[in-house]
Amino acid sequence: MKVGLFIPCYVNALYPEVGIATYKLLLSLSVEVDYPLDQTCCGQPMANGGFEEKALPLAIQFDNLFAKYDYIVAPSASCVSFVKDNYPPIMERNNHLSQSGKKIYEICEFLHDILKVEKLSGHFPHKVSVHNSCHGLRELKLSAASELNIPYYSKIKTLLSLVEGVEITEPQKIDECCGFGGMYSIEEQAVSVCMGQDKVKNHISTGASYITGADSSCLMHMQGIIQRDKLPIKLIHVVEILAAGL
Amino acid sequence: MSTRHSKAGEAFLKDKEHASWHNESLWFVREKRDKVSKDIPEWEELRELSSRIKMHTVSHLDTYLEQFTKNAEANGVIVHWATDASEHNEIVYGILHKNNVKKLVKSKSMLTEECHLNPYLIEMGIDVIESDLGERILQLMDLAPSHIVLPAIHIKRQQVGELFEEKLGTEKGNSDPTYLTRAARKHLRNEFLTADAGMTGANFAIAATGDIVVCTNEGNADMGTSLPNLHIVSMGLEKVIPDLQSLAVFTRLLARSATGQPVTTYTSHFRKPRKGGELHVVIVDNGRSKVLRNKDHVKTLNCIRCGACMNTCPVYRRTGGYSYTYFIPGPIGINLGMLKSPADYYDNVSACSLCFSCNNVCPSKIDLGQQIYKWRQDLDNLHVADPTKKLISGGLKFLFTKPALYNTSLKMAPVVNIMPRFMLYNGLNEWGKGRELPVFAKESFTELWKKWKVK
Repeated sequence: MKVGLFIPCYVNALYPEVGIATYKLLLSLSVEVDYPLDQTCCGQPMANGGFEEKALPLAIQFDNLFAKYDYIVAPSASCVSFVKDNYPPIMERNNHLSQSGKKIYEICEFLHDILKVEKLSGHFPHKVSVHNSCHGLRELKLSAASELNIPYYSKIKTLLSLVEGVEITEPQKIDECCGFGGMYSIEEQAVSVCMGQDKVKNHISTGASYITGADSSCLMHMQGIIQRDKLPIKLIHVVEILAAGL
Repeated sequence: MSTRHSKAGEAFLKDKEHASWHNESLWFVREKRDKVSKDIPEWEELRELSSRIKMHTVSHLDTYLEQFTKNAEANGVIVHWATDASEHNEIVYGILHKNNVKKLVKSKSMLTEECHLNPYLIEMGIDVIESDLGERILQLMDLAPSHIVLPAIHIKRQQVGELFEEKLGTEKGNSDPTYLTRAARKHLRNEFLTADAGMTGANFAIAATGDIVVCTNEGNADMGTSLPNLHIVSMGLEKVIPDLQSLAVFTRLLARSATGQPVTTYTSHFRKPRKGGELHVVIVDNGRSKVLRNKDHVKTLNCIRCGACMNTCPVYRRTGGYSYTYFIPGPIGINLGMLKSPADYYDNVSACSLCFSCNNVCPSKIDLGQQIYKWRQDLDNLHVADPTKKLISGGLKFLFTKPALYNTSLKMAPVVNIMPRFMLYNGLNEWGKGRELPVFAKESFTELWKKWKVK
């Protein structure tokens, strides 16, 4: 099994520790991991902003770059869901067949569904509030969305519970959006900030010391709010907890 | 970078207390919806069935509309066809005029709102009375609905107290809901008794029987149609469904999705005119048949107007119905407005963080979020795309299609961290108005990876 690691642009520049944790975790599970150097961005920011055609060359570039791997794994639910759900229609309209869409996995999804991890050696003695990102939840289906009448599950919580010492909670309005939404955060900044403030408040009310989730983009948005308003809670990507001690 | 929605939304949020109350009031409805939907084990199957019945019906719309008309006419109903809003209004006025109607009492109908029927009839000299309590409050205030099911959700009871004091002569300072409701009932009772005609919308039209089905909680549609001899129904042509078995699917979904009730208090079937009376049905197209040909947006015809997408939408809850420029707000309104006229209503397309919660609550499984995403792709061709967003997208494409340049920028990026604060946080930085900027790592993942490789 050969895995191509996809480290989305903003994770690469802002949160390399998330990439490192992903790499170490996969390595510790005896996966052969490679990081193709010419990767950049999946194109989601432009497409969600209304410029899908600007994502097309990136989709083709991405597809070629990751062609030789069995799986593509990334620590960002939103980027993964873009490649999975949006690459095929964007590329097919332009007479390309997307190969990446079928083999890309968000790291938690990969650990849970493909590697079927049942044991982790880490230790993280803190209370964490799980942040269900919209695209992780409603597109990748990492957990059961609160709107649906389906049996409850949460791949993120299942994996977190393998780490010794973690106390898991979830906020009120359990899967309401944090207001990031890519360019939404600047086009409708006042509404976006209000959503972010409400979301952080709900996380803080759980009494957790950390907000954790599978999407660095939501965490980045909430970090901006927390720092501006000097709020008493920290942020950590879920993969950093899963890789604790490695 | 802004739209009419983002500006109106920002203004709505200025009154923090009111905005938060609005948000929580609608969330309360969403939670009620979650709770009752979970009492039905087959809920998700019902949604799937509803979606399929709707798609089936709109794919055979000619057949079902003909069947409906044939059966309704056999029942003694007079059926009219209106191509657009003005034809609809003229038909309605024609019926009223012929019957010498001075006063018309209406129950809630978003279609008559869409056709601007009330101002037209008032101009023609008809006394038009809205009889749904929320609608009546708004009519007395000269305001439009801000939500399709809870039209006056943005009005507090104290405001209603003041309004009734002025218009209905209720006690000064009394805003007790029961007291105000009783006052409204007394006032409306007189309107029902003195009306010459009643008008309703239609939640469903049953092809197999010719029935018109109207769902209300206040019984106002029944009062308005039981007293006068003349009943006019205004219905969009997508309201037809095959038979009573299909209706059972929708009545189980409608109230649960809309308000979290198991069923609306009244589900009334109108099949025949009353003895000596007339029952007219005006079937309105007004752009709907055009949507049938639109592959990307045809599913909007599935909508049963429950309003669940508004109640769950984090943006709608925080910005209110009036921040949207189309008369139907929220996720479904963004889409319907664009179908009506992109040039007039493109400002609403910004009102979405693409969280997709609307898709999950929709009882007929409309892909509301994906449709909004698709509209965004059209804005540039319509020449209404935001120039800043276009510039940013172009710049990102330039950078990201050149891996070497991208890798160099990754190395340079930390320079931003040491830029003076006034350069980072100013009026131009929309992000920085309410949030701190993220900090670039000293070394990017790519840099670190290369070092390991060297090791």
